[in-house]
Amino acid sequence: MKKSEMIAGNVAGFVDDRLGAAKWLKKNLNKVFPDHWSFMLGEITMYSFVILLLSGTFLTFWFDPSQRDVIYNGSYAPLDHVQMSAAYASTLHISFDIRGGLLMRQIHHWAALIFMSAMIAHLMRIFFTGAFRKPREFNWLIGVGLVTLGIVEGFLGYSLPDDLLSGTGIRIAEAILQAIPLVGSYLAFFAFGGAFPGHTFIPRIYTVHVLLLPGAFLALITIHLMLVWYQKHTQYPGPGRTEKNVVGYPLLPVYMAKAGGFFFIVFGVIAFLGAVASINPIWLYGPYTPAQISAGSQPDFYMGWLDGLVRMSPPLETHAFGHTISWNILIPGLIVPGILFTGMALYPFIESWMTGDKREHHLLDRPRNAPNRTALGAMSLAFILVVLLNGGNDLIATHFHLSINSIMWFTRIGVIVIPPIVFVVTKRLCLSLQRADRDLVLHGRETGRLVMTPEGEFIEVHEELSPEKKWTLSSHEQQAALTVPAEDASGVRNPQGFRGKIRARFAVAHAEQIPAATESEAKELGHGHH
Amino acid sequence: MSIEKFSDPGLPEHQHRQTDVSEKHADRAERQIAILFVLSAVGTIGTIASYIFIKPNSFVFVPVIGDTNAQQLFLGLGLAVSLLFIGLAAIHWAKQLMPDHEVVAERHEFRSEDKDRKEFVAAAKEGAAAAGLGRRSLIKRSMGLALGLIGLTPLVMLRDLGSLPKKQLNKTNWQAGTRLVLDPSNRPVKVSDLEVGSVAQILPELPEGQERTLESIATDAVLLIRIRPEEFNLDAERLSWTHEGIIAFSKICSHMGCAVALYEQQTKHLLCPCHQSTFDVTRAAKVIFGPAARPLPQLPIGVDADGYLVAKSPFNEPIGPSFWERNSK
Repeated sequence: MKKSEMIAGNVAGFVDDRLGAAKWLKKNLNKVFPDHWSFMLGEITMYSFVILLLSGTFLTFWFDPSQRDVIYNGSYAPLDHVQMSAAYASTLHISFDIRGGLLMRQIHHWAALIFMSAMIAHLMRIFFTGAFRKPREFNWLIGVGLVTLGIVEGFLGYSLPDDLLSGTGIRIAEAILQAIPLVGSYLAFFAFGGAFPGHTFIPRIYTVHVLLLPGAFLALITIHLMLVWYQKHTQYPGPGRTEKNVVGYPLLPVYMAKAGGFFFIVFGVIAFLGAVASINPIWLYGPYTPAQISAGSQPDFYMGWLDGLVRMSPPLETHAFGHTISWNILIPGLIVPGILFTGMALYPFIESWMTGDKREHHLLDRPRNAPNRTALGAMSLAFILVVLLNGGNDLIATHFHLSINSIMWFTRIGVIVIPPIVFVVTKRLCLSLQRADRDLVLHGRETGRLVMTPEGEFIEVHEELSPEKKWTLSSHEQQAALTVPAEDASGVRNPQGFRGKIRARFAVAHAEQIPAATESEAKELGHGHH
Repeated sequence: MSIEKFSDPGLPEHQHRQTDVSEKHADRAERQIAILFVLSAVGTIGTIASYIFIKPNSFVFVPVIGDTNAQQLFLGLGLAVSLLFIGLAAIHWAKQLMPDHEVVAERHEFRSEDKDRKEFVAAAKEGAAAAGLGRRSLIKRSMGLALGLIGLTPLVMLRDLGSLPKKQLNKTNWQAGTRLVLDPSNRPVKVSDLEVGSVAQILPELPEGQERTLESIATDAVLLIRIRPEEFNLDAERLSWTHEGIIAFSKICSHMGCAVALYEQQTKHLLCPCHQSTFDVTRAAKVIFGPAARPLPQLPIGVDADGYLVAKSPFNEPIGPSFWERNSK
């Protein structure tokens, strides 16, 4: 111990002699981080990003991002002497002739799926707990940007091998470009260096995939983390936790060891998946050619919802004045995703407009205590799940022997009907949970023990909650609805006009709550038995 | 009566772990951590051994997974073990032996003090005023012009990314008299080659010495289907584009350009596997389901003097997905 302390001391001294950073470092080595399992979702995202960088770099040593024609003569016999692009041939080479190459490809692909899943789960955690509120709106915007880039990066990544499946995906991307009014055909021809498929697309997206977007990720993730650091992490409500403090463990050594250890665990799990779970076996699909396709063509899950939207779109095109506008591509491919992502990015500002709340928030909401927000999130999630379901309609049809037409009609109607139902149900559910919390605090926990009173009456014994538990279940703030003036000083009615009316309506919906239990009520009821 | 909320009982009292109070438990935790680290080392040795000693082309059967490449499998398992146990060791260490006292740190509002904010706003205003943009409108306008124009440079510089589309999206290599050949054998087709109910993947015959490119396949691919002539439900013109029950459609989906490859013989429906647009072969590939808005373009076919199937004329409309300049009737 003595010796290691001495070394640590010497290192600290060496650093401070050169940087004069003792004051800053002293403060930050003891930086406090609150602990909760849901805070690991962002960690998993970041660690999978590191794993993507490592495994991706390995793959670049052999991958040849070129669409030049080659004749394959590697060790995968079924494709021997087949003409294909160098990109596809080199992916086969990595899979069959480089020791650990297939493993690295599978690790890379699994890491990408876990990166996206963890990022989406992290985003949901932030949303449902209200962590995006002031002062953290910047980080919310960066997060929305990262999700968007993640979808693009993933799509470009699985497009690189130039196999039949991914080539079909590129073809669809080309059709989306081509559908953009006015400039579509030009954009498509510029992106593909001429007519589809051309010989330039794979090399171009390779640069974007391995340089441009990872650079953007690195920059955005750095800012994201620096802001978390600077603004300090949010924390869940509980005894001793307030808006003015942060309760947790110091960075050195506990958090460092836990977070560092967790990186290895994430890497270990992904390596295990890469070892045992085959993913994207491109040799089975064959090289890309525009005239062929395999049944059950599916994108990765983070693109699946887009594919589902495109599939359910009604066959709408406008033909006028010698021009064609493909609403069946523009609406599902660009307009709806645009609205979704814009709405998501602006949500913190919309909520603060609805509630009129401009204060800082560092204590997280339990989702039930923000029923309107939780219901809105569940509604959006339901929308995405319904369209995602439709993205897999062909596989669902074959696996469960259902008619693909009826699945399509179910989701076409469901995408309009189900989200509002989910909104209402979720909101009611949240309010019921609030009611249950209130009952727990006021009447205690049901013990299941029945006792007969001397009068012969049977009652169930309720056990009073601990003061900590009572506090946790009742301490949340319940803001009254923002009042929008119906008349201003000079007697003008609805001074804020239509916007004011909408705002008032939203404010009321947002403020709907079951009153939290108070000590006064508890005293009035007496304790425990009644 | 004022409403009284519950009061914050404060942080719960710290609970000591067994490793905090008993040296014996602490020593045992240390041994456990050491074992975990050693297991990781064993994993690494396994990884290296797999790399060197397992033959790259040997396969093992694993239940559930099936036959799998032994080297990739054991490399991966070794890697997983070596990584997982480092992680487990570090976390066990942190949880058992490192201090577990919760620490409370203060937060401060981010908003600066009013005095600082006033000075900051004043400085910003002063800076803007000092630049004199408000007063010197000539500078403002000319700067707007310069900055606006410079945005064009990257756009112009990217011009050579690709050729202009011109009329290319309207064209295919099908001409009047082009023979239909089978893909991939490039053999010309006679009526007798196709039985009723069969489908063939067709491309246009290329002039001697010309190589087929993927770009040409992307526009030229055609699906040839033979049904009984009386099953057609076509107008006179479209019927004249068929030959003895044989009808030809562009294989490139009119929705997003996927290959419309699934033919259902019973119903005579063509289905695109990408988005499930369904086309009725008997009614000139009319869309009967899915997102496609237009039928698949039909290629007029007949036979030449030698009895081989040929195109009677090119497609009379652009094939594939829509685009702005497409003149759809």
